[in-house]
Amino acid sequence: MKGTKGSERREAPKTTASSGTARIAAAFASARAGKRAALMPYVTAGYPTLASLGPQLRAAGRAGADLVEVGVPFSDPLADGPVVQQAAEEALRGGYRLGELFSAIREAARDAPPLVLLTYINPVLAYGAERFLDEARDAGVTGLIVPDLPLVESGALGRAAARRDLVLVPMAAPTSTDAHLAAVAEGPGFVYGVSVTGVTGVRERLDPEVLAFADRLKAKIRRPVAIGFGISTPNQAREVGARADGVIIGSALVRAIGQRLSCPEAAVEEFVARIRQAMEPDDATPTRSVFDNRRIAAGEEGPER
Amino acid sequence: MTRVARVPDRHGRFGRFGGRYVPETLIPALVELERAYQEVVVHDPAFTRELRGLLRDYVGRPSPLTYAARISDVVGAPVYLKREDLNHTGAHKINNTLGQALLARRMGKTRLIAETGAGQHGVATATVAALLGMRAEVYMGQVDVERQALNVYRMNLLGAAVHPVTGGTATLKDATNEAIRDWVTNVRDTYYIIGSVVGPHPYPAMVRDFQSVIGQEARRQITKMAGRLPGMAVAPVGGGSNAMGLFYPFRHDPVDLVGVEAAGEGLQGRHAASLVRGRPGVLHGAFSYLLQTDEGQVLPAHSVSAGLDYPGVGPEHAYYRETGRARYEAITDAEALEAFHRLSELEGIIPALESAHAVAWVLKQAGRLPVDAPVIINLSGRGDKDVDQVAALERRARSGEVGG
Repeated sequence: MKGTKGSERREAPKTTASSGTARIAAAFASARAGKRAALMPYVTAGYPTLASLGPQLRAAGRAGADLVEVGVPFSDPLADGPVVQQAAEEALRGGYRLGELFSAIREAARDAPPLVLLTYINPVLAYGAERFLDEARDAGVTGLIVPDLPLVESGALGRAAARRDLVLVPMAAPTSTDAHLAAVAEGPGFVYGVSVTGVTGVRERLDPEVLAFADRLKAKIRRPVAIGFGISTPNQAREVGARADGVIIGSALVRAIGQRLSCPEAAVEEFVARIRQAMEPDDATPTRSVFDNRRIAAGEEGPER
Repeated sequence: MTRVARVPDRHGRFGRFGGRYVPETLIPALVELERAYQEVVVHDPAFTRELRGLLRDYVGRPSPLTYAARISDVVGAPVYLKREDLNHTGAHKINNTLGQALLARRMGKTRLIAETGAGQHGVATATVAALLGMRAEVYMGQVDVERQALNVYRMNLLGAAVHPVTGGTATLKDATNEAIRDWVTNVRDTYYIIGSVVGPHPYPAMVRDFQSVIGQEARRQITKMAGRLPGMAVAPVGGGSNAMGLFYPFRHDPVDLVGVEAAGEGLQGRHAASLVRGRPGVLHGAFSYLLQTDEGQVLPAHSVSAGLDYPGVGPEHAYYRETGRARYEAITDAEALEAFHRLSELEGIIPALESAHAVAWVLKQAGRLPVDAPVIINLSGRGDKDVDQVAALERRARSGEVGG
């Protein structure tokens, strides 16, 4: 773990609370304390507008999201299925600019769950990796998921992120070898388990192999495991959440936003609340927002503000 | 002359270029492919025998090296044409698809997928799939499906399924994204035949090796015909497979290597000159040069030649550019169209519009080249596929509309 207490304290004034590493850990710890998996919805920045990002992120927090993935639009998103592709295309057509993303996030991050950016590698390189990470950290981002940067290519960016107490989230797929799982078994943040061979998208039925895959990752990986790709419904979230530490839902939410473009934050709040409800343990009533839990947990783990 | 190192290294790097920028899901498949490539293509003589036999008896290799007497008079230097246009299916593409399909069969894969722009690589893939009794599916941008209807029919005729791609700019780069998405999804039984020296390691090196037959033959042929090595080897560059195939066997020789990109409507306007005007970045799995905005969004390319209409380029070309081993120039649509006519009239050879870019660049050097140093132009394909398009352009230009 790169996040020593000392560096957290040094970083603290720049972010809303403690370091990215600590905030992600706290989010998972809080969900675990509630005997459920962490819920991590995904939204595309700039879809339908960049101005709607802040309200969407806050709505996700109110509805019980533990973390939120923010997708950075890219012209050639080769890991994404049609729903997320179209959202990115519309964001780009609508004049989305990377330079404006960080100020939009800074405005929202203070009152939102911990944010993880999902970005392809080329925008990071074009912006300048160091500058991209500096601005992301200063805006309150906690980590990065880069779907076209596999572990073998991630050394330099991973070190640069760690120096800023940001987490570069490693991924694991059904095709991944045991050697790969061993290589990502320990470290900060979490491992993103890609549930199926394929791209992001809405799938009607959960592939039965997903649960076995989640079990395999849990057996080999010591940090939290969040499962994504193809999880769309409350029941699927509940089923996967029973096996993993976190559940990521993207395309189904983006599609719900697309059906209510005039009020995207309402679409987010309803959708996330419905999923969150399904993920509660049988004996619990979801009265308190997980977002409050997170703050308490963060306070226990490290210095608050 | 600049020396080039033995590339790629074991990380798939050509200097700082190349690599494997793909989802984690594909990494085991690339490792498997790299191993199979080493075991089968590099070290198994039976594979080499089978490939050589098919290149000879099915493709028609070796392709001739033709001395172009009348072009030589115009240019003021001896010009030779490497006749990839005479291959079965009419272009260099089949050298690569044949090698990869044989490898796929040896790896036990039953389904082939490919991306295609103009349709030449798609046709070459469909052809070898028919030859070897394999299933082929080809991704093609909707825009290209419309403007290359004949090649769509050819692919269907050969038994391949063509999937139109409507996302993004609906051209080659989006067809490539979609082929990668298919591969990620069906990686266990599917082999992805990439059509150029692009993509994640080991594709750039593997496609280069399969295309190197062009340069190996040309080197032998020119030595026999002219009694010496060429002073210069010139080839068009889109993704760069025919150029790398010609250049690679000359890399340690004192031969000028010139890659000709598409300047389209001009380098200030829409073009496809990724090495001349692009910046380093990642597209389709490799770090190389590409056309992009200052925020890293990939820009649509433009060229009258569909085969050059691609915003990226192979990482080994980026390495040759950076080390100075090759130089890269650009030729406009108008210059290429003029060369299309000149070669037809002067030599009785209708070149593909891609190849016409290389011809145009050599024609532009008239009077400025050493009179005794042979120049080899890679005539990467024949122009039959482009005749309708050029005729339509010229009809529109004559009737006063804006061509292009």
